[in-house]
Amino acid sequence: MIGGLFIYNHKGEVLISRVYRDDIGRNAVDAFRVNVIHARQQVRSPVTNIARTSFFHVKRSNIWLAAVTKQNVNAAMVFEFLYKMCDVMTAYFGKISEENIKNNFVLIYELLDEILDFGYPQNSETGALKTFITQQGIKGQHQTKEEQSQITSQVTGQIGWRREGIKYRRNELFLDVLESVNLLMSPQGQVLSAHVSGRVVMKSYLSGMPECKFGMNDKIVIDKQGKGGTTDEPGKSELGGSGKQSIAIDDCTFHQCVRLSKFDSERSISFIPPDGEYELMRYRTTKDIILPFRVIPLVREVGRTKLEVKVVIKSNFKPSLLAQKIEVRIPTPLNTSGVQVICMKGKAKYKASENAIVWKIKRMAGMKESQISAEIELLPTNDKKKWARPPISMNFEVPFAPSGLKVRYLKVFESKLNYSDHDVIKWVRYIGRSGIYETRC
Amino acid sequence: MTDSKYFTTTKKGEIFELKAELNSDKKEKKKEAVKKVIASMTVGKDVSALFPDVVNCMQTDNLELKKLVYLYLMNYAKSQPDMAIMAVNTFVKDCEDLNPLIRALAVRTMGCIRVDKITEYLCEPLRKCLKDEDPYVRKTAAVCVAKLHDINAQLVEDQGFLDTLKDLISDSNPMVVANAVAALSEIAESHPNSNLLDLNPQTINKLLTALNECTEWGQIFILDCLASYLPRDDRESQSICERVTPRLSHANSAVVLSAVKVLMKFMEMLPKDLDYYGTLLKKLAPPLVTLLSAEPELQYVALRNINLIVQKRPEILKHEMKVFFVKYNDPIYVKLEKLDIMIRLASQANIAQVLAELKEYATEVDVDFVRKAVRAIGRCAIKVEQSAERCVSTLLDLIQTKVNYVVQEAIVVIKDIFRKYPNKYESVIATLCENLDSLDEPEARAAMIWIVGEYAERIDNADELLESFLEGFHDESTQVQLQLLTAIVKLFLKKPTETQELVQQVLSLATQDSDNPDLRDRGYIYWRLLSTDPVAAKEVVLAEKPLISEETDLIEPTLLEELICHIGTLASVYHKPPSAFVEGSRGVQHKRLPPRAGSGESTESPDVGQSGPSEAPPAVIPSQGDLLGDLLNLDLAPPTATVPSVQPSMQMGAMDLLGGGLDSLVCSSPMGAGLGAAPAAMPASLGGAPAVGGGLGDLFDLGGGVGMPTGSYVAPKTVWLLAMKAKGLEISGTFARRGGIIQMDLSLTNKAMSVMTDFAIQFNRNSFGLAPAGPLQVLTPLSPNQTIDVSLPLSTSGPVMKMEPLNNLQVAVKNNIDVFYFSCQYPLSLLFVEDGKMDRQVFLATWKDIPNDNEAQFQIKDIHLNSDVASNKLQGSNIFTIAKRTVEGQDMLYQSVKLTNGIWVLAEMRIQTGNPNYTCTEPRIVYANLLHSQ
Repeated sequence: MIGGLFIYNHKGEVLISRVYRDDIGRNAVDAFRVNVIHARQQVRSPVTNIARTSFFHVKRSNIWLAAVTKQNVNAAMVFEFLYKMCDVMTAYFGKISEENIKNNFVLIYELLDEILDFGYPQNSETGALKTFITQQGIKGQHQTKEEQSQITSQVTGQIGWRREGIKYRRNELFLDVLESVNLLMSPQGQVLSAHVSGRVVMKSYLSGMPECKFGMNDKIVIDKQGKGGTTDEPGKSELGGSGKQSIAIDDCTFHQCVRLSKFDSERSISFIPPDGEYELMRYRTTKDIILPFRVIPLVREVGRTKLEVKVVIKSNFKPSLLAQKIEVRIPTPLNTSGVQVICMKGKAKYKASENAIVWKIKRMAGMKESQISAEIELLPTNDKKKWARPPISMNFEVPFAPSGLKVRYLKVFESKLNYSDHDVIKWVRYIGRSGIYETRC
Repeated sequence: MTDSKYFTTTKKGEIFELKAELNSDKKEKKKEAVKKVIASMTVGKDVSALFPDVVNCMQTDNLELKKLVYLYLMNYAKSQPDMAIMAVNTFVKDCEDLNPLIRALAVRTMGCIRVDKITEYLCEPLRKCLKDEDPYVRKTAAVCVAKLHDINAQLVEDQGFLDTLKDLISDSNPMVVANAVAALSEIAESHPNSNLLDLNPQTINKLLTALNECTEWGQIFILDCLASYLPRDDRESQSICERVTPRLSHANSAVVLSAVKVLMKFMEMLPKDLDYYGTLLKKLAPPLVTLLSAEPELQYVALRNINLIVQKRPEILKHEMKVFFVKYNDPIYVKLEKLDIMIRLASQANIAQVLAELKEYATEVDVDFVRKAVRAIGRCAIKVEQSAERCVSTLLDLIQTKVNYVVQEAIVVIKDIFRKYPNKYESVIATLCENLDSLDEPEARAAMIWIVGEYAERIDNADELLESFLEGFHDESTQVQLQLLTAIVKLFLKKPTETQELVQQVLSLATQDSDNPDLRDRGYIYWRLLSTDPVAAKEVVLAEKPLISEETDLIEPTLLEELICHIGTLASVYHKPPSAFVEGSRGVQHKRLPPRAGSGESTESPDVGQSGPSEAPPAVIPSQGDLLGDLLNLDLAPPTATVPSVQPSMQMGAMDLLGGGLDSLVCSSPMGAGLGAAPAAMPASLGGAPAVGGGLGDLFDLGGGVGMPTGSYVAPKTVWLLAMKAKGLEISGTFARRGGIIQMDLSLTNKAMSVMTDFAIQFNRNSFGLAPAGPLQVLTPLSPNQTIDVSLPLSTSGPVMKMEPLNNLQVAVKNNIDVFYFSCQYPLSLLFVEDGKMDRQVFLATWKDIPNDNEAQFQIKDIHLNSDVASNKLQGSNIFTIAKRTVEGQDMLYQSVKLTNGIWVLAEMRIQTGNPNYTCTEPRIVYANLLHSQ
C-alpha cells in the first residue's frame, strides 16, 4: 500500500510529508526531488522507480503530489486517490497552490490522517469528512453522544455520502447535461474519430433521504419498452438535437451512490443523492454524433516564403439555436515573419507567442458558414526539417447535447417526509462544448 | 488565520524559544508552538530535542492539538523509545474515551508507533477496539492489526488477533469488512502458505455482498482479494463473474481495473462455447475504452494494462483501433503506449487507417515517438502481408525526408522486411545505399552492413562499400564489427575472386587485433571453415535463414499469465513480476491463472525465442547440449575452479547467445550457435594463439572442462541477511576451502538509498572455533544498488562452544548505519584438512575399533558415477580413498577424513551400479552435497 505522501512546490521544497510505512525513509523525499522534479529531461512516465522505491506523481498547477511505495500496490488506486486528495483539498480551501497549502498544513495533516490509514484509503467523501474534520478542533468535545455516533455511522455507513436530517424549505434540483464533443478529421473531411464524453451533474437540495430514479433516452431501455426507436431510422440523425428518439450509449460510469447491480440487471438508475453538487454519471457515445461545426481547411505553399491559408467553418444545427464562444486556432510555422488576415465575421489575430492565428466569433446561428483567409510570410530558413503542420483546433459552446441525449424523467420519492415528486422543482439544462475538436490540414 | 508563517522561522535559538512556548500556560500559545514544530519537522529539521515538551501537551481536550502531538509522536517515537512510554497512559485512556472518534484516533496512532514497549500496551486496547460497538472504531482497529503484524508478527499470532480479524469478515458494516479484508490480504502475503484468508464459497458470498455496499476503496480491496480465489468449477466462476460485472460501470477507474482482473482470471475457467463467455467478452471492451477518457496518469496505467489484455485476449478490443489514435496533446508517455497497442491491434481490416496515422506521427517533434512510429510501420509490414508494399513505399518516402534519425530507423526496419519477404523488395537497395554516410548509430550501421552482405551479388560496388566501413573497424561497436565480419565473409563466398584481400584483412583484424572474445571467436570459426572446407562454409554461412516471426516483443507466456493476475497493480505497469521490484518475501509468490477449461489449450504457448539453441542437431558437437546448459546456468551456480576474472566474460557469452537479434543471423547455423558461446568461456587460454587449428581443438577440451571443475565443492551463494531486515544491506554468501585456507565469500549489496561505509564483522563462539583471520576488506564506500564481493579468510583458532546444529555460525556485521545479526550454516567439508589421508594399517586397526553406536549408514540416491569418478571428486574435498575392493560386482571404497580439530572420520562407500551406499560416521548431508554438485 501507499508508504508515504509528499507535496512539493515547483522548486521541489517539501510542503507536506506524511510517512505511513516503516520501509519509506526520509531520503525518499529527496530521491523524488532529485530524480523527477529537478530532472533535466521532460517527465517520461507518471510512475518512477528509484532504488526499488516507486513514486507516483500528479501535478496541479505548479504543485507536485507524490505517493511513494515499496510494494506492488494497485497503481490505478494510487492515482485515483491522488486525484481524490486534490478534490478534497479543493473542497476545503479552494485552489491548490503553495500559499493555500502552507496556510492549511495542519488541516491537510488532519485529512491525511483520516483518509489514509497505514496507506489504505478510507472514506474520502467531502460531505462526510466535513462533519468532523473542521478547523475548530474543539468541536469534538461538545458533541452529544448521538451526534458522535451519527458521524461515525455516516463515515462508515452504506450511505456514506449523505447525512440524515437535511431539511429544505423548497425542494429543488438542477440537472446539467454537459457534453464535450471530440473530433479528429482528415483534411479531406473524413471523420477519423469522433466521440462525445458527457457528464450529468446534479445539484440537489432535497430534504430527508430521498430515493431518486433517473431516466434518459437510452436505446436499450427504449427498445425494451417497445415504444420509441422503432419508427425511427437509427442511422439518420436529425439536426438540432431534438429529433432522435433514443441514443446508443457505449459505456457509462456512475457516482458511487448509484446501485450498480440494479443498473446491470434492469438498466435503471436509482440512488440516494449526496447533498449539493456532484457528478451523477459519465457516459461516452460514438454513434450518430451531431458535429456542430465542420472545418474546411485549404493550405497552399506559395514558394518557399509564403503560405496561403483559407478556412471555412460551417455550423450544422437548427437555425434557431445559437453557438457561443467560437474560437478557431490555425497554427502557423515557427519561421513566420508576418501575417495578413481577412475574415467575414468576428475578429482574427496572429499571436506570435502561440504560433497561431486565433479567430474569435461571439455568436453564430445554425446552418451558417463563415470564412477566413490569411497570407503568411515566412523567413527563409535552411532548416531541413519540415513543419509538422499541427491540426486546426476549434472551441465552442452550443445549447444542446451533441450526443442526442435527453433526460426523460427524474423522480423523487421520500416516504418519511411529506413532500411528493410533484412538489420538487426541477431544472434541466444541456450544454455541448468542444473537447479536442481538430481538423488536420 | 494563516499558517504559512510557521514555515518561515529560520533564526537561531529557535529550539530554545519553542521549548519555552511549549511550556507556556496559555493554550493558544502552546498550540501555536506545536504547529511550528510540525512545520519544522515537515521541512526536514530535526526537532526531536523537543520530545518531552511536546508529549507534555498531549493531555488536552483540544482535538486539533492532540492530533498534532500524535503526528509528532509517530515521527520521533522510534528515536526516543524511553520517553515515548510517557505517552502510553494517555493512549490507553483515550482508547476508553466516550467519543468513538477519539477511541479510533488513539488506536490508529498507537499502531503507528513502532516501539516494542508500546506495542505491549497496545494489545489490550486493540482487543477491545476490535469488538467495539462503533463500526468506525472497528474498521480502524482492523487496519491496526496489520500495523502490529508489521512490527511484531509473532505477537499478533500469539494474541489471537488473526482469528478476530477473520471474524470481522462477517461484520455487519461493509467498511469494517473491507478493511479486515485488506489487513488479512496483507498479512497473508507475508505467509504465502498459511491459507490465512481461507476463502470458501461462504466467505466469498459475504465479500460479494459487502462489495455492493462499501466505499470505492473498499470495493478495490475486496476485488483484489477475490482475484486470489480459485473457484471450484465453472459454475461458481460464472456466478462470481455475474456479480462482479456491475463494477465495470463504477466511476473509479481502479474499481473497474480490479473488476477486469477478476473477470480476466475467472474467464479462464469458463468453457469457450458457453453463451455467457461471449457476453462477458463483449462487456469488457466498453469500460476499457472509457478508461482512456480519464486523466493522463490513469490513462497510462490503463494503457499498460490494455497492452497485456490485448496480448492475452486480442478479440476483446479488435474493433476498437480508433480509440488508440494519438491525440496531438497527449503526454508523451500516453502517446508511446497507444502506439504500442495500435501495432498489436493492426490487422488486414484496419491497416489502411493505421498506416495513414503512423505516417502522420512520423512527422511529429518528439524523437522517441517518431522513431517508434517508423518502427511501427515496419512491424505492420511484417504483420500484415497485404500492406507490405505500402509500408515499404511509406518508409521510402520517409527516407527521402533525410531527417537523420528517421532514415536510420527506417533502414533498421527495412532489414526486417527483407528477412520476412525475401526476394521481393530488393529494388530499394539502391536508395538505401545513398544514405550510407549519414548513418551514425550502431544499429542502423549494422542493419545496412547486413543488407550489403546479404545482397552482395546484386550490389556492384559491395566490396567498396564494405571496405569503407573497414577503415575504422576498431572504432565501431561490437555489433557493427560482428556484422561487418559476417558480411565480408558472405561477400567472399559470393565473389571469391576479387575479395580475397578484403577477407584476409577482416579476419586478421578480428582475430589478432581485437580484445573482444566474441569477435575473435567468430573470426576463428570463419577462418577455419574457409580454410578447411569452403563448400561447407558456403552451406553454413549462406544457409537459408528462418523467417522472422510476425509478432515481436510479445511478453513471454508464463510472465504474461502472471501479469494478468496483477492487473491494475505496479507489476502490470512495469510489465515485471513483483519479485523484480519488491524487496523481501512480499509478493515473491508467483500467481497463476486458473487451469484452462477444456483440454490442453494452455500448453500451446508460442515459442518466442528466435534462434533457440535447442534446435541445433547435436551431431555436430557432441558436448554442445551440456556445454550450453552449463553456460546458461552460470548465474545460478558459478563453477568453482574458474578464476574470478573470467566470469564476466563468460556471462557475456551466455547472454549474447540468448540475445538473438542480429547475431542470430550468424548463429542460425547450428555450429554458430554452439561455438559462439563456447569459446567465450575460456578467453584466457586463447591469448596468444593465432594458429587456428590448434586453438579450436583446445577450445573444445577446455570448454568441456568448464562443467567439471576440480577442487573442493562450493555451494552457490545464498541470502543470509535480507535487505528489509537490515536497513537496505543485503548479504549473501557461501564458504569455500581454497588451498588449505577456509574462506567466507560474501556479497554485500546496498539496496538502500544512501551510501554505506565502515564495515566490520564478528563471529559468535562456535563448534569448531571459526573466527575471521583478518578484518573485512571493504575499502570503498558501498553506494546504492552496488554489490561488492569480498572473501574473508577464516582461522579455526577462535573460542569453541558447541552449537545446535553443530555447523551453525552466528555472525554480526556492522556498518555506519547499524549492527545486524544473522546466522548461517557452513558445510562440514570446509573443515576437512589436506593431510587427511590415513595410513592403510592404521586405518584397518581403527576401523575395527569403532564402537557400534558411533556408526551411521546413509543411502545417497540419484548419483550416477562410477567409483573412480566419485573417489576423484571426493578427493577434491579432502576425502581420501585408502583402499578399494570389488565384491559381487559392487565397488567398495574405504575413505578417511580429518577435521581441523584433529578428529578422524572413516567411511566405507558401496557403489551399486550408479547408486552408492555409505557406511560412515559422518553426517550424510556433506557427502550428498559433494556428489550431487560436482
